[in-house]
Amino acid sequence: MKKTKTLIASAILAASFGAMQVYAANVPAGVQLAKNQVLVKGGEGEPQTIDPQKVSGTPGSLRDRDLFEGLYSEGKDGVLVPGVAESYTVNKDHTVYTFKLRHDAKWSDGSPVTAEDFVFGFQRLVDPKTASTYSYYAALAGIKNAQNIIDGKDKVSSLGVKALDAHTFQVTLDHSVPYFVKMTVNSSLFPAPKKVVEKWGDAWTKPEHIVSNGAYKLESWVVNQQMVFVRNHDYWNDKKTVINKVVVLPIVDAAVEYSRYMAGDLDMTSNSGIPTNRYHELLKTVPNQVKVSPALAVYYYDFNNQKPPFNDVRVRKALSYAIDRNIITKYVTGTGEIPAYSFTPPDVSGFKAKEPQYEKWTQAERNKKAQELLKAAGFDKSHPLNFTLLYNTNENHKKIAIAISAMWKKTLGVNVTLDNQEWKTFLNTRQLGNYQVARDGWFGDYNEASTFLSLLDSTSSQNNAQYKNPAYDKLMDEAAKANNPAPYYQKAEDLAIDQDMAVAPIYQYVTKRLIKPYVGGYMPNLEDNIYTRDMYIIKH
Amino acid sequence: MFRFIVKRLLEAIPTLWALVTLSFFLMRFSPGSPFTSERGIPAAVLANLQAKYHMNEPLMNQYFHYLWDLLHGNLGYSFRFSDYTINQLIAQSFPISAEIGFWSFLVAVSLGVICGVFAALRQNSLLDYGVMTFANIGMVLPNFVIAPLCILFFSIKHHWLPAGGWNGGAWQYLIMPVIAMSTSYIAQIARITRGSMIETMHSHFIRTARAKGLPKARIVIQHALRPAMLPVVSYLGPAFVGIVTGSVVVDQFFGTGGIGQNFVNGALNRDYSLVMGVTILIGTLTILFNAIVDILYVFIDPKIRY
Repeated sequence: MKKTKTLIASAILAASFGAMQVYAANVPAGVQLAKNQVLVKGGEGEPQTIDPQKVSGTPGSLRDRDLFEGLYSEGKDGVLVPGVAESYTVNKDHTVYTFKLRHDAKWSDGSPVTAEDFVFGFQRLVDPKTASTYSYYAALAGIKNAQNIIDGKDKVSSLGVKALDAHTFQVTLDHSVPYFVKMTVNSSLFPAPKKVVEKWGDAWTKPEHIVSNGAYKLESWVVNQQMVFVRNHDYWNDKKTVINKVVVLPIVDAAVEYSRYMAGDLDMTSNSGIPTNRYHELLKTVPNQVKVSPALAVYYYDFNNQKPPFNDVRVRKALSYAIDRNIITKYVTGTGEIPAYSFTPPDVSGFKAKEPQYEKWTQAERNKKAQELLKAAGFDKSHPLNFTLLYNTNENHKKIAIAISAMWKKTLGVNVTLDNQEWKTFLNTRQLGNYQVARDGWFGDYNEASTFLSLLDSTSSQNNAQYKNPAYDKLMDEAAKANNPAPYYQKAEDLAIDQDMAVAPIYQYVTKRLIKPYVGGYMPNLEDNIYTRDMYIIKH
Repeated sequence: MFRFIVKRLLEAIPTLWALVTLSFFLMRFSPGSPFTSERGIPAAVLANLQAKYHMNEPLMNQYFHYLWDLLHGNLGYSFRFSDYTINQLIAQSFPISAEIGFWSFLVAVSLGVICGVFAALRQNSLLDYGVMTFANIGMVLPNFVIAPLCILFFSIKHHWLPAGGWNGGAWQYLIMPVIAMSTSYIAQIARITRGSMIETMHSHFIRTARAKGLPKARIVIQHALRPAMLPVVSYLGPAFVGIVTGSVVVDQFFGTGGIGQNFVNGALNRDYSLVMGVTILIGTLTILFNAIVDILYVFIDPKIRY
């Protein structure tokens, strides 16, 4: 206790967010609610699991946001909203975070949500026995000893988490992470009900066993058909929750989702629920139901930086410059995507990458420069550059690949062979570096630049471009330690894109969804962290 | 007859074993693994994941392990849906596909046989051409065309039926899956029935019956139908298995949660145990229904004895 007090006392710059507004369904005055408060929504694919610590994709996390609640959540435009935590304090170095948990937070079996539940959840995440593919998230968040425990070198109990008392939870980090609280919105850092997990093992997430602490609890689950959530009346903010029942349909195909929406089966599609070929028609027929907003995600091409001729920066730059991103976003993807020139999307919080030099040029200038560079690298009409472009089997990726290879052919006389592989084979090939140029894309895990820039670190398991630059690694190390990492991120961007063109950013993804006009309380944000508890059904 | 059944059951064992063995190794040799993901998995985590599925052992040990579990009726944990065992997934999805399949089968057989018989009796008439045109269209129209057309017409345009879902198998939710599932089978059965019926109607015993002056209806129902059904019945055995084990297209378009989708997605996700489980199910059913068809022959064709 003593240690804590001194820590808190020394936290001169301690941030306190106790007075922040708590979100819930805020129904404007005069809006008449429907009697039947049921929301049927698209849930992307079937989740691999809904165990918060094991969830590794958006299908799982979007369901967990309704079933569970972490320390903090996100509201409109990504603003942080207190969840189980009422407030937090942090020391000057941003290495010790102390969360005050609300006393009225309860699990769906009526027992209180305590700091121990968070300790258990965090420890579970890194415990190799849990075998969570998202365990790296704890290390990314800088939680003390996380990496050692994940690697099996240290005991789980040595993780930097502590329950100071039932309602005070403390996290100690290895290094300064000023954005740690933002990272707690991810489901891997949610609490876990120890008794239930230990009693049922892998089967604890089944409807008959699961105990959760979110606004909803799981009523039924039929794989590939639907999941049904009902109100958790033990939820601390249940009074302010309006929707009584949520039906989540696991639909992968945008065309199917669209038809079920048009038939009136769905109130709200997933964030990829608009088929590209229907977009313009929908903008005309139901403009108020089409919701498009930028996503924290980038579509890019990997150059294999270790393989000739792509180990030559002139070749990489020539190919990147010759891509007319405006044509891609306007005519090929065509649903509001934003051309990308830097690797980190400009909407990311706390850092706005300044335009790389080539962004300021016209496409004609880029093309001219590209031709010069490729010629200097030793390729011309008599000795053209030939290579294979690899993408995972998908109509949209195919269209983009055809368009870009045509641009390369026209501008640079390059001969591109297109090769597609189904997802798992593709991942395997790309990870092993058995490609020349490959399609890639990344949705940020949290709203901070390192979720993107760390991918190009030479030690990252996701450095598919095999980019290895010690100067870059050093910048990322320094950024991790800095109170204000933005200048380091800028240098990292300058180095990896402007100078080295390790990858070719192509466009920033968008969230595109259809929502019926009678669904209220939809608050889009960059990471698509949407909570049903904020929403309501208007009388219609 | 009893000896025949025992013999068929004994034959099933090596067939199933060969099926299991072949699918087991084919799955393992496909590129990528169930644990391949965009972000590499830390070594210690991967080791634990592999241990859970015995993938840390030599391939032959995995194989014998699988056979051992299989003999105990345990199909293992799903690689993809880690909250579920394969037994649970099949128990959840197979009854759904079986229900859609049962109704589709009923519709396909009754409509197919009726159409076929009438077309045969009015050979080269307008009715015959009409039925056969429909049959040819039904055969070439894949269900991934029929399903969205149904949705467009019944759900989006007229709002008569829900565009998908299951709702415990309520009739409104069954109609479109049954249409999508049965169309090609109706067509196929109609064609087989017609051909076989025409042949039978030209055979000697029918000519004799005609010569005796029996009424046409009696000739068709009592004498011609049974022998004409032989090729239809041999087609129905495997067709029945195909129908009740579902279709990925129907499952995906109508979001029924049937087993067809599990099979295809299982293969794409390298969910070894799921693919194995569904393969074994389909294999067992195929053997079973082929045996049933053989037994049915005895009742249909008095010339057959076992």
